[in-house]
Amino acid sequence: MRLVVAGSEVYVYTGSKPPVRTQPSVVFVHGAGNDHSVWALQSRYFAHHGKNVLAVDLPAHGRSGGAALPSVEALADWIPDLLDAAEIDRAQLVGHSLGSLASLECAARHPERVEKLALIGPAAPMPVSEALLDAAQRNDHVACELITGWSYSAGKKLGGNQVPGMWLTGNALRLLERTKPGVLHADLAACDRYRAGLESAARVRCPTLVILGARDLMAPPKNAQGLINALPDVKVVTVPECGHALMAEQPDAVLDALRAFL
Amino acid sequence: MRARACPGLRYHSATLGRLSHLPSPLPMTRPKTPHLDTLSLHAGARPDPATGARATPIYASASFVLPDSDHGAALFNMERAGHVYSRISNPTCAVLEERIAALEGGVGAIATASGQAALHLAIVSLMGAGSHIVASRAIYGGSHNLLAYTLPRFGIETAFVDPRDLDAWRAAIRPATRLLFGETLGNPGLDVLDIPRVAALAHEHGLPLLADATFTTPYLLQPFVHGADLVFHSATKFLSGHGVVIGGLLVDSGQFDWDGPRARGKFPTLTEPYAGFHDMVFAEESTTAGFLLRARREGIRDFGACMSPFTAFQILQGMETLPLRMARHVDNARLIVAFLATHPLVEAVGYPELPGHPDHALAAKLLPRGCGAVFSFNIKGTRAQGRRFIEALQFFSHLANVGDAKSLVIHPASTTHFRMAAEDLAKAGITEGTIRLSVGLEHPDDLIEDLSRALHAAGKT
Repeated sequence: MRLVVAGSEVYVYTGSKPPVRTQPSVVFVHGAGNDHSVWALQSRYFAHHGKNVLAVDLPAHGRSGGAALPSVEALADWIPDLLDAAEIDRAQLVGHSLGSLASLECAARHPERVEKLALIGPAAPMPVSEALLDAAQRNDHVACELITGWSYSAGKKLGGNQVPGMWLTGNALRLLERTKPGVLHADLAACDRYRAGLESAARVRCPTLVILGARDLMAPPKNAQGLINALPDVKVVTVPECGHALMAEQPDAVLDALRAFL
Repeated sequence: MRARACPGLRYHSATLGRLSHLPSPLPMTRPKTPHLDTLSLHAGARPDPATGARATPIYASASFVLPDSDHGAALFNMERAGHVYSRISNPTCAVLEERIAALEGGVGAIATASGQAALHLAIVSLMGAGSHIVASRAIYGGSHNLLAYTLPRFGIETAFVDPRDLDAWRAAIRPATRLLFGETLGNPGLDVLDIPRVAALAHEHGLPLLADATFTTPYLLQPFVHGADLVFHSATKFLSGHGVVIGGLLVDSGQFDWDGPRARGKFPTLTEPYAGFHDMVFAEESTTAGFLLRARREGIRDFGACMSPFTAFQILQGMETLPLRMARHVDNARLIVAFLATHPLVEAVGYPELPGHPDHALAAKLLPRGCGAVFSFNIKGTRAQGRRFIEALQFFSHLANVGDAKSLVIHPASTTHFRMAAEDLAKAGITEGTIRLSVGLEHPDDLIEDLSRALHAAGKT
């Protein structure tokens, strides 16, 4: 489905299902340099189990036009525009990494639009290594390699993908390589600069689920503890032997946690 | 930020597997990536969680139990990942698929019943009746049969071109063209496919390049690094390496944008809703692997040319030693090429590392580790002398295969390429006296002794 949001065309994956007014809606918000396809299994499940799914390509990502939004706050204010374009009053937000920060901030700023909040691989603050920021600023392929190298637990880097025949790290690398020049750096810089996480978490009024990867190097679980402490109504699921790319590494664990929550 | 758009990027990408002779230029803080040799042993495999078996088990099961109805329905509808039925996917085959994807630097792969099945699967996943292919004319006879004689019956036409003539590739592209196809090393003349230039031409026209990489394997050449979009192997050959199974592997680089500005509208099988799978739009379902999704959810499902897990196990065993074997294959081949190149009864040894080969410079660029172990030469004299040569060989087995640990020999004009007319044979660089060798792993002195004795026998009048 294509929508016009804030003057730019935006692609939204719906699981090949048209929206049904009486169903709850779930918005999936991807992380830095990614697109809707990182949610393939989870978004498809909910699209075929009674939810309107909007797995969005953020501006300048994937099939969406426009320019990359420069901050977590800007992304947080863009999500209600997306809901307006889709004629949805309230939605459940599911965000990964940068998307988790955008979803968190959106829930804090626009509580009337957010029914439930699921944060996957969050951290506050979410500092990004200087080497990675520099490489991304140069649009250097090394940035893609660093993210791919740091996003998977050691065991999964050698394979054993739950999706038959797919090479996890190869797939992750190819998706990052498709990022338009400047976009990955904009995403990473937004993560790095975001400082309002703990204050915003305290302002969230809806139930929140936090899903952590026990082996996450990009957003180590200990860096999410402040958030967890600040959120007033929070459940935490920690997925063992899992890195930052939780939806790819442990798709069923993520899906089951979301099913129990949404 | 695509790999091929980064000229400074060498074989150190996070998934391509480092080649041991190329030092990493990056600082120590960079995540470690296994070398190709290590991936050959480990990629895709883990100790079996149920039994602790270290080798990949042969999961000889047609079907897999569905934990409950909802889970089963989710598996069928691609909402959960897992195995349902071994025609679609199998755990042993999946290890092999991941391993070849890792070695090639792709996003995934599908194991097929044969190399021919992999080629067929690639084509039918991309196009239907009314479509057109541009292919190198220096390809395996079986591939030529499929393209020249069989597919036209289903409405898919192919134009064959001299793989060295970029203008011919360009001139052959029509509005209906959907694929460019060649072999990394042509059969049997070892024409080196200029992947960077042919891929650039393909992409200029919004088309993918498919490479048959059977003769090179990822040890000698990783076509995706140079711009190819799809690769297939006859895993029967060097990948399994012992001539004991028939199998194929189709690998997707994940680099081609099926819905990109130049490709838009050309690949409806990937970019339009498919009624055969709940109106799934494969290129939207997976940004990087829409092609493989279609190939598995339609091609393997409906045509059914899947690989047996027993076959996958044998190929996995072979791939564990791929780097060791390929190095020895190439070493032996080089020694035999040097011997034949100076023998008075031999003319026209077709090995790209020889200065007289038309692709000598290109081979130095694309194939620095060697040009494989399959090559052809011509015997001076009559057809009868050629026959005497083959019959006098002791260690070289006369049969229709290549890439065995044992050395092999064949006379293409009367076997692999016998359906081709003399004119087409000549275009493919084959004469009545052409002999093709597949150099094995025996001691090179024994092989040279064998060839020397057979040439002597052939030379008797």
